[in-house]
Amino acid sequence: MLRLLFYALVVKPLVLIVLGIHVRNRSFLPNSGPAVIVANHNSHLDALALMSLFPLRIIPKVHPVAASDYFFKNKFLKWFALNVVGIIPIDRKPAQTNRNALSPLTEALDQGSIIILFPEGTRGQPEKMSKLKNGLGHLICERPIVPVIPVFFYGLGKSLPKGECILIPFFIDAFVGVPLHWEGSRQVFMQKLTERMTELQNKASTTDRIIDD
Amino acid sequence: MSRQALPFSVQIAFFVIGALLCLASLTSIGLVKSKPGHDYSELRQRIRTWWLIAGVFAAAVLFNRTVSVAVLGFVSFLAFKEYLSLIPTRRADHRVLFWAYLSIPFQYYWVWMGWYGLFIIFIPVYVFLLLPMRMILIGETQGFLRAIGTLHWGLMITVFSLSHMAYMLVLPAETNPAGGSMGLLIFLVVLTEMNDVAQYLWGKTFGRRKISPKVSPNKTVAGFLGGIATTILLAILAAPHLTPLSFNASLAAGALIGIGGFVGDVTISALKRDLGVKDSGSLLPGHGGILDRLDSLTYTAPLFFHFVYYLYY
Repeated sequence: MLRLLFYALVVKPLVLIVLGIHVRNRSFLPNSGPAVIVANHNSHLDALALMSLFPLRIIPKVHPVAASDYFFKNKFLKWFALNVVGIIPIDRKPAQTNRNALSPLTEALDQGSIIILFPEGTRGQPEKMSKLKNGLGHLICERPIVPVIPVFFYGLGKSLPKGECILIPFFIDAFVGVPLHWEGSRQVFMQKLTERMTELQNKASTTDRIIDD
Repeated sequence: MSRQALPFSVQIAFFVIGALLCLASLTSIGLVKSKPGHDYSELRQRIRTWWLIAGVFAAAVLFNRTVSVAVLGFVSFLAFKEYLSLIPTRRADHRVLFWAYLSIPFQYYWVWMGWYGLFIIFIPVYVFLLLPMRMILIGETQGFLRAIGTLHWGLMITVFSLSHMAYMLVLPAETNPAGGSMGLLIFLVVLTEMNDVAQYLWGKTFGRRKISPKVSPNKTVAGFLGGIATTILLAILAAPHLTPLSFNASLAAGALIGIGGFVGDVTISALKRDLGVKDSGSLLPGHGGILDRLDSLTYTAPLFFHFVYYLYY
């Protein structure tokens, strides 16, 4: 309940009115889980902006994946991240095998959740992609029927970049790509995903905003 | 409606605007039915956007002063946000942009109070002096002139200029018995938009010689002159019902809105050409961005305001 109020009264007005978002190919976004959304990561707003693209009735099923080392720094942040934002915490540097680290994600997918992942691992320079981490490949390898939907955001890194605490309104562009499916090998899959993200990134930099004047 | 009963001429004005929009909607539906092969989706979308604009405008003027000022302030906010999203900004200026945004509620607060003296100098003087100082406290000199120049130009166009629309609503209503407190604004907005439409139609019908081929290849001499003539005619017809303007003054106001509207339009076009975008956003479907809708008003609002203010207030 608290979570729905947070998204209805804080996140949606913030993303849709204060910032303003223009989504291309919204129809590629899933209406039901299990599914994985992957996006470039420039700002804390990324996850919230992605969440706001879903209608309120789906939001209880959507969960951003976030690093427990960052969000469990203090008690309040931990409570807020878990109960209000609704993150699935993962350990960025697992001591044992990868399988254990990913189990919260496979569980969520088995329950029909839509999870949001930032495969760059951390917030980078605005609108630049760094190398995608392999954890996603391992996850999809374990749940090969789950579709992966790539999204590229342009503008959020300007609104609230890493290290700043004041939000500056900018219009945001979101480019949703064609869903990807597991193709038998982790390398092939990760390479396909990297290519798809680069395509979306190029689309973002040469935005086709042509009508007339 | 809380201030006083709506003047009869204002009721007529809203009735005419509604009738024109209905006519446009019916015509476009008729076109879609009679020529099924043609794609009229853009026209349909444009008309839908006109309804939206008219609705927002009605909300802006028909309630009380607080609602009017808040709605127009929000329009300034959207325009400034679109401008900042289009131009290159420096990462170092993050907090400077915060102060620039903060000037919007202040500017519209002066309007709400009716404090003319501060309304007219706040952005051209105080914000003009404050923002460079804030930049210097951060200390990034690379690209300083470009950053401060583009930022202040944007504030002048999207906040200072447009806030003149709101100030028209707080001018003393007694001076304008025909139109009341909202007559001037209705006159300005309707004439500016009609001028855009008239320039487009005249240009489509008779236009041959291009007036500024590099900036805006669709604008022609015939469109420009025909538009001004139409706007002057409309100004003479509407002025006695909505404004305190005399016959000669309404003739001059029509010319001012015709010419100013054209210059505002091509100025925003030049900005877009420079930045390499053809359409400044996609907030209003079928219409490009909000800056594209407000381009003419960024010139006509302050020009018409000061023309009337000098002569009558």
